[in-house]
Amino acid sequence: MAKTPKPDELSKIDYTPPQTAWTETPTVYKEGVWCFGAKPKNLETLHFPNPREWRVVDEDWKLPENWQEIVLNGMKERLDKYRSFRVFMDSCVRCGACADKCHFFIGSGDPKNMPVLRAELLRSVYRGNFTLAGKILGKINGARPLTLEVLKEWWYYFFQCTECRRCSVFCPYGIDTAEITMMGRELLNLLGLNIDWIAGPAANCYMKGNHLGLEPHTIVGNLEYMLDDIETVTGIKITPSFNRKGAEILFVTPSGDLFADPGTYTCMGYLMLLHELGLDYTWSTYASEGGNFGFFTSNELAKRLNSKIYAEAKRLGVKWILGGECGHMWRVLNQYMDTWNGPADFLEVPKSPITGTVFENAKSTKMVHIAEFTADLIKHGKLKLDKKRNDNLKVTFHDSCNTSRGMGLFEEPRYIIDNVCNNFYEMDELTTREKTFCCGSGSGLNAGENMELRMRGGLPRANAVKDVAEKYGVNMLANVCAIDRAVLTASMDYWVPSVKVTGVHELVANALIMKGEKERTTNLRGEPLPGMEGQE
Amino acid sequence: MNAILSLIAVAGLALIAYIGVSAAGLQFLFGVVVPYVALAVFLIGVISRVVKWGRTPVPFRIPTTCGQQQSFPWIKQAKFDNPSTGGGVIVRMLLEVFLFRSLFSNVKFELREGPKLAYSSAKWLWLGGLAFHWTFFIVLIRHLRLFTDPVPGFLKGIEALDGFLQVGIPGIMISGVVLLGAVTYLFLRRVLIPNVRYISLAADYFPLFLIMGVALSGILMRYVLRVDIVGVKKLTMGLMTFSPGLPEGISVVFYIHLFLVSTLFAYIPFSKIMHLGGVFLSPTRNLANNSRMVRHINPWNYPVDVHTYEEYENDFREKMKKAGIPVEKE
Repeated sequence: MAKTPKPDELSKIDYTPPQTAWTETPTVYKEGVWCFGAKPKNLETLHFPNPREWRVVDEDWKLPENWQEIVLNGMKERLDKYRSFRVFMDSCVRCGACADKCHFFIGSGDPKNMPVLRAELLRSVYRGNFTLAGKILGKINGARPLTLEVLKEWWYYFFQCTECRRCSVFCPYGIDTAEITMMGRELLNLLGLNIDWIAGPAANCYMKGNHLGLEPHTIVGNLEYMLDDIETVTGIKITPSFNRKGAEILFVTPSGDLFADPGTYTCMGYLMLLHELGLDYTWSTYASEGGNFGFFTSNELAKRLNSKIYAEAKRLGVKWILGGECGHMWRVLNQYMDTWNGPADFLEVPKSPITGTVFENAKSTKMVHIAEFTADLIKHGKLKLDKKRNDNLKVTFHDSCNTSRGMGLFEEPRYIIDNVCNNFYEMDELTTREKTFCCGSGSGLNAGENMELRMRGGLPRANAVKDVAEKYGVNMLANVCAIDRAVLTASMDYWVPSVKVTGVHELVANALIMKGEKERTTNLRGEPLPGMEGQE
Repeated sequence: MNAILSLIAVAGLALIAYIGVSAAGLQFLFGVVVPYVALAVFLIGVISRVVKWGRTPVPFRIPTTCGQQQSFPWIKQAKFDNPSTGGGVIVRMLLEVFLFRSLFSNVKFELREGPKLAYSSAKWLWLGGLAFHWTFFIVLIRHLRLFTDPVPGFLKGIEALDGFLQVGIPGIMISGVVLLGAVTYLFLRRVLIPNVRYISLAADYFPLFLIMGVALSGILMRYVLRVDIVGVKKLTMGLMTFSPGLPEGISVVFYIHLFLVSTLFAYIPFSKIMHLGGVFLSPTRNLANNSRMVRHINPWNYPVDVHTYEEYENDFREKMKKAGIPVEKE
């Protein structure tokens, strides 16, 4: 595996474009940037075409004979199915407003990471094959034939986009590179050209219900570890239920929360909060994944994986669904789930059994974000909170791309943090909310072999964190996304080592005064609470 | 290279009109046939393109949300940047189409020692773009005086406003001057900003030069060469009423102007200028963020292979039982 350069080396970035035109500049496939190709067994599990052993560095990617025909037919099909694709192919004026908005461009200086050029990779082939002017004028009109070089370039750059949509905020026509990348990846998948870091979790999720491939007993086991830790910290024994029919609420969260720090602390937060409320809810081992790596592969696979949530809600006979902290999970739930697998007419309009609040904004999907749920609890004074327990923290909040630009969840998490922490500082407003920067590893790019890319893409976010760390002494980066919790930890270690990462519900659980709890001396991480140092 | 190619193309077009009219005497071709053909190509081309877009389904509700969602009454929603109703979408679209709201929020960055990334507002492109589009639109409207008889009052009002400086004879029209300035700015930033130059195609320079040519020839006609405006109006009214005639004594500059305009119109349906239609049909802007409230229908939604709960339980029944997880079949 390529060694990742040191931060001071990595941050020397040259933004000068090459002398040669981008169409004439050969792509250099840099180790540390690309991810390993999808393994045949994962493609077979998912019934995807062209499963075979292949390596990115090999000349021969073992494509089917008629690969060009497959791709062009696939393109035609998608141009006819998605207005977004067709309009975005036709409308770009190359004004350049998007050019410097991409975290990968800012972190790498590679001009093909400018969203406009990422789209032109596809658009040039579109022009050459699907437009009159392109067919007649060819190269003069920016048209390119679909060669093997072009295809490989697609692969390299469509797996250097995290579908974060930041460029789309600034585009005067709303051209969304996430849409372009999604189409590009769909076309690549027609030839078996996924990356294994996406295909693997997707295959796991298909067979076992979650990306990590946790089998049912392992899920129970992992939660039991957390329950033991909770008991150690609070003295309270919690016994959640699994696959329980007749529960009022089904709880679905990304499986990352079940597996590794600091996501597990967030998960402990859910367990404690939902226990304290006495909520009639159940976990599911079948629908044990809120996230959706199918979404980073193809529309069809995304729908196949997502189907489990409604199917399980129906089987268990719950009234509505509560969803944990996750980014792309909520883009999918907000903008796709009901369309794919609805109508959820077997469920009821979500109503908080604690406050009586009816979640009108989720009346069709019947799925509520836990930040909405908790914000409502706090607003109604239903939680006893001791903010001082988080006084050792100076917190800033990272808006996740998908909850920001594919939903608009801005105030709910901030309201919660404000109520559970005394020290909350915002980052530069040009890097938060709808203008937020990606963690650098979204859309399935959180692999190990592409660490240089991840650190480059993570630079803009990390740099804004560094700014508040220096100004206010911020030492904790809160967020509502499982991928964030995993990858920002690496990014902080690399760029701003003084800052740790947390989910919002870990902060909630630390502040939450539970009925019958013992005097707490540590937080969920086992660190002494402020004023309790040396009390253990 | 792309720029030079485009400049040559536009100069060539002007030359064709010049030679065609002054040497070959093809006034009828350039004064009547070409404008009609161009208009037909424009109308049919634009309509068919928009119809093609319009007929393509919108499978998913994918607005780019640029503000707080609708959630609780006590949290203020960004009603226009994250609309949940049709009314909100209309306001969002109006702000986008008339004021270029997205471009207004444009930001630039700078990498300093440290490393330190510093961001600041960047409004020049917004200003230049807005000036260009609005003055182009006003100039276009003003030209309606050539196709109306009597000239309606509102046109005279626009002209009066446009010429309020009352400088020179004939009076300077601000729109024409600003248009030429704005189009020059758009050209210069394309050439001078390295990354913008890098992404620019011939198809980006060509319309700029074409519009520059149109504006220059127009200004030349009005202020310098003083074409016979009565004759021109006779010609345009003839085109308008489908009884085309060719009045004597119209300067060749006019034919060059008309030919460049015709080229521009005929070029639109095949070019990026179609963004004027695309902006209205962009699914990230023209949809409400209400897909949790109202189910959005995908017309081509189809059943897919799923791994059912039954299959899952078959795979893991023993492990589930051992872990105390309830199962359907013992």
